[in-house]
Formats: sequence, structure tokens, C-alpha cells
Amino acid sequence: MNDLLSAILAGDRRALARGLTQVENDSPQAAALLDGLFPYTGRAWVIGMTGAPGTGKSSLVTALAKAYRAQGQTVAILAVDPTSPFTGGAILGDRIRMRDLSGDKGVFIRSMATRGSLGGLARATRDAIRLMDAAGFDRILVETVGAGQSEVDIARAAYTTLVIEAPGLGDDVQAIKAGILEIADVLVVNKADRPGADNTVRALRTMLEIGHPASRQAMIRHHGQMVAAPETPDEANLWIPPVIRTVAIDGQGVDELLEAVENHRTHLALEGRRTALERQQTEIEVYERLREALIQRLLAEVPADAIEAILARIVARTLNPQAAVKALLDQYSQKPKQGA
Amino acid sequence: MSEPIRVLIAKPGLDGHDRGAKVIARALRDAGMEVIYTGLRQTPEMIAEAALQEDVDVVGLSILSGAHMALVPRIREALNTSDLSDVALLVGGIIPDEDIAVLKAMGVSGVFGPGTSTEDIVLHIRSLMGAKAG
Ligand SMILES: Nc1nc2c(ncn2[C@@H]2O[C@H](COP(=O)(O)OP(=O)(O)OP(=O)(O)O)[C@@H](O)[C@H]2O)c(=O)[nH]1
Ligand SMILES: [Mg+2]
Repeated sequence: MNDLLSAILAGDRRALARGLTQVENDSPQAAALLDGLFPYTGRAWVIGMTGAPGTGKSSLVTALAKAYRAQGQTVAILAVDPTSPFTGGAILGDRIRMRDLSGDKGVFIRSMATRGSLGGLARATRDAIRLMDAAGFDRILVETVGAGQSEVDIARAAYTTLVIEAPGLGDDVQAIKAGILEIADVLVVNKADRPGADNTVRALRTMLEIGHPASRQAMIRHHGQMVAAPETPDEANLWIPPVIRTVAIDGQGVDELLEAVENHRTHLALEGRRTALERQQTEIEVYERLREALIQRLLAEVPADAIEAILARIVARTLNPQAAVKALLDQYSQKPKQGA
Repeated sequence: MSEPIRVLIAKPGLDGHDRGAKVIARALRDAGMEVIYTGLRQTPEMIAEAALQEDVDVVGLSILSGAHMALVPRIREALNTSDLSDVALLVGGIIPDEDIAVLKAMGVSGVFGPGTSTEDIVLHIRSLMGAKAG
């Protein structure tokens, strides 16, 4: 067994930190590390926390982590922030709100930049979660800014997804982002000490009444571009996302939030629901990885100037993109790979 | 894929001004680095712990209180205790000339006074990291 792997399994924090860097960089050692630790994953409960900028996600991560610590659970936190598309750099500032957690060896916090590569965030997030899981943490809290793909990605990597709203962002049904019901297992109205919290709660409840939570399953499959067998929604099995009010900065409502998360965990534990969810997530992951691998394998066989020539012909309107793809596949994908 | 340089920017001690630290953080981000910003009033233990968890290459301290001669050795020691002796330590702030050599002897790789351009800091970090991108 590789040294870093055994150190991570033994709970060595430095080793975990280094392993996280390897998976983030998608370094050659990362593959062996992930191979070795996969059998040790599946123990931690993974909780995704997403919401618009400034709604109080990091403050709430801190409050929830403290509540879990009070119950004796260990907590790893993965805080994801965007990379600047112009410079490739990032400022990762979520730790500012997590100051209260420092000094506790039962907590491990890692900041991660999105690094912008297509599909890369989803991969890096999943792999980072697996490392933290294998390191033995009971709960893994993943914070991502609620915007576009990262929100969908988190719902696919977490077992319980919290969507965090705050009053004052526009409090009617129209202002609340479409798609929230499809990813939220628990809806949180943070900053409940602020005026307008009641309106936000009401708007969310209205949305819940209009929307049908059963659409969640279909949505996840749809985003995964899978052809799914039709499924009859069983009303009794439905999880209706609760709406919880919190004040992250003084801890109000945090115990209720923890309870809601744990209720969802219990719900998933019954009747094979967790297995079904994991199967769904696995299917998406495998297809994503397969797509990436196939593209890389194919492109490795195509000379760079051939791609250039094709692109030039498309731009010149002498070849259309569909025909170009077909030609590439016909010419290269049939070749058996030597030794592979 | 290139591997961005990771830098922890921390403000140890009690002074409450973090404008300088934020300016540096932005400049490093604009130079393609990943900057973990931890905010005010960090103890040496907090800084070492964050540096370990974040697996950073560089720790940059902003100290305006004049307490650098007391704080820096404690932070270097906390880093070394956490097995982070290979992490470079930079200090920025109001540092009298006569303290610079002493700080460097304590294991600080670079000291940057109020007049320093952010470009010099970027270049310093890049040269420390050698081949690494960012
Ligand atoms: N009044 C009030 N302020 C809060 C509450 N929770 C967080 N805040 C404040 O809201 C601001 C943003 O909090 P963060 O926890 O950094 O929010 P975030 O969603 O993580 O922000 P980003 O990561 O930048 O998207 C901070 O000034 C917090 O102190 C709350 O319950 N009530
Ligand atoms: Mg945050």
C-alpha cells in the first residue's frame, strides 16, 4: 500500500492535505491514490450547501459543523470558490467565517478553486470528497456558490443538498431561482433575523406546493443525459423538503437544521433509497468519465494539424460540424489500441 | 494541467487593518495564484493549521502593529512544528530596516515594506517556486 494512502487512512492530516492537492491537480499519483482508497469510502454523510453569494453559506457551514461536533461527529469541510476566468487565479475567502472551528482536530477545512476546466470541478469535488471520506470524517460539508453547473454538480456528489436563501434577494416566487426544488433536500432561509424572512419562507412554501418534488429524480437523470426507464412516482415515498429558518451568526435554528439533515439521512436509509440515489449518481459519474476518457483517447490519435484543418474547413463553410465529427470517428475510433 | 501556486495570506496579531493584505491577495490572484485569505487576528497556531490543511506553498503575513519581532518567530516555529519547514514565509508591513536581516535569519524568505510594488512580490514568489506555474 502506498505511504500516502496508509497515512490518510490512519487520519494523518498532512497526508490528507497532500492527497487533496494531488487530486486537485489531477496528478499522475492521484489515480493510484484513488484506486487504493475507494474501498474505504462510503461511510461519511456528504452534505452539499449551495446558495447565492452572501446568503451566509460559510457562516452556516461553521454553525452546522459546531452542532455536529457537539454531538461528537467529526467534520470535513470543502469550500469551493470560482477561479477567475481571466487570470486562472482565485481568492478563497470562506475560511474567514470559519475561524471558530480552528484548533479543533475533529474538523478539517479545505478551500478549492473551480479552475474552470470543463467537467473538472465535478471530478475534483467527487475525488476530494472520497479522500475526506476515507480519512474517516463522519460528515462532509461542501460549500459551493449557487450558480449554474456547480449547483447541479454538488447535488450529484452529495447525499443531502441544502439550498440556502436569505431575505432581501427578491422575495416572491418569481425571484427564487428555477431548479431549486430539483436539487434541494432541505431549504434554508438564513438571516432570519432580517426583515423579510417571512416573505422568503412563504415564497418557498408556495413554490413547494406548485412544484412536484418527484420531478427531482427525473431532473437528475435528464442532466446526466441518460435515457431513463419511466418510473411511477410513489407519493408515500416522497421526501418533501422542509423549510428551515436559521440565524447562522448566533446559531438560531441550527439544531433544527441538523435534525432536518439527519431526518433526510434516515429517509434515504430506508427501502433502498440510498442505493438508488448512489446508483443514479454513479451512472452519471461513469458516463462523465467515459466521455472525457473517450475524447482524450480519440484526440490522442488525431494529429493536431488534422484538427486545425477540419476547424478551418468548418469556418470556411466547406464542411459542417456534424460531418466533421462523423469523419473523425470513422477515421480514428475504429483502430484497436495497441496494448491498451 | 498547470498547478497554480497556493498562498495563504494571514493577519496575525491585533491590528485591525487588512486593506494591505487584501491588495496583495488580489495582486496574487491576478498573477494566477490561488490565495487563501484567512482574515484578522490569527494566532500562530491558526496560521500553521490553515497552511497545513490548505497545503500551501507560501504563507504571507501582513503585520502593521510593530509586533513582527515577537510574532514571526512564533509563526515560523508553529509551521516547523507542523512539519511545514519547506513552506516559504513572507512578511509585509511596516518593518524597520534593521529588523530585516534578523527576520531573514529566522527563516523568512522575503520582507516587503510599504513601498513595495505587488509585482516584486509576485516575482519573488515565482522565483521561490521555480518551475511551478501561476
Ligand atoms: N444578520 C445576519 N447576517 C448573517 C447571517 N449569516 C451570515 N451573515 C453575514 O452575511 C455575510 C456573508 O456571510 P458568509 O457566511 O460569508 O456568506 P457566503 O454565502 O458564504 O458568502 P460567499 O461564500 O461569498 O458566497 C457576513 O457578513 C455574515 O456575517 C445571519 O444569519 N444573519
Ligand atoms: Mg462562503
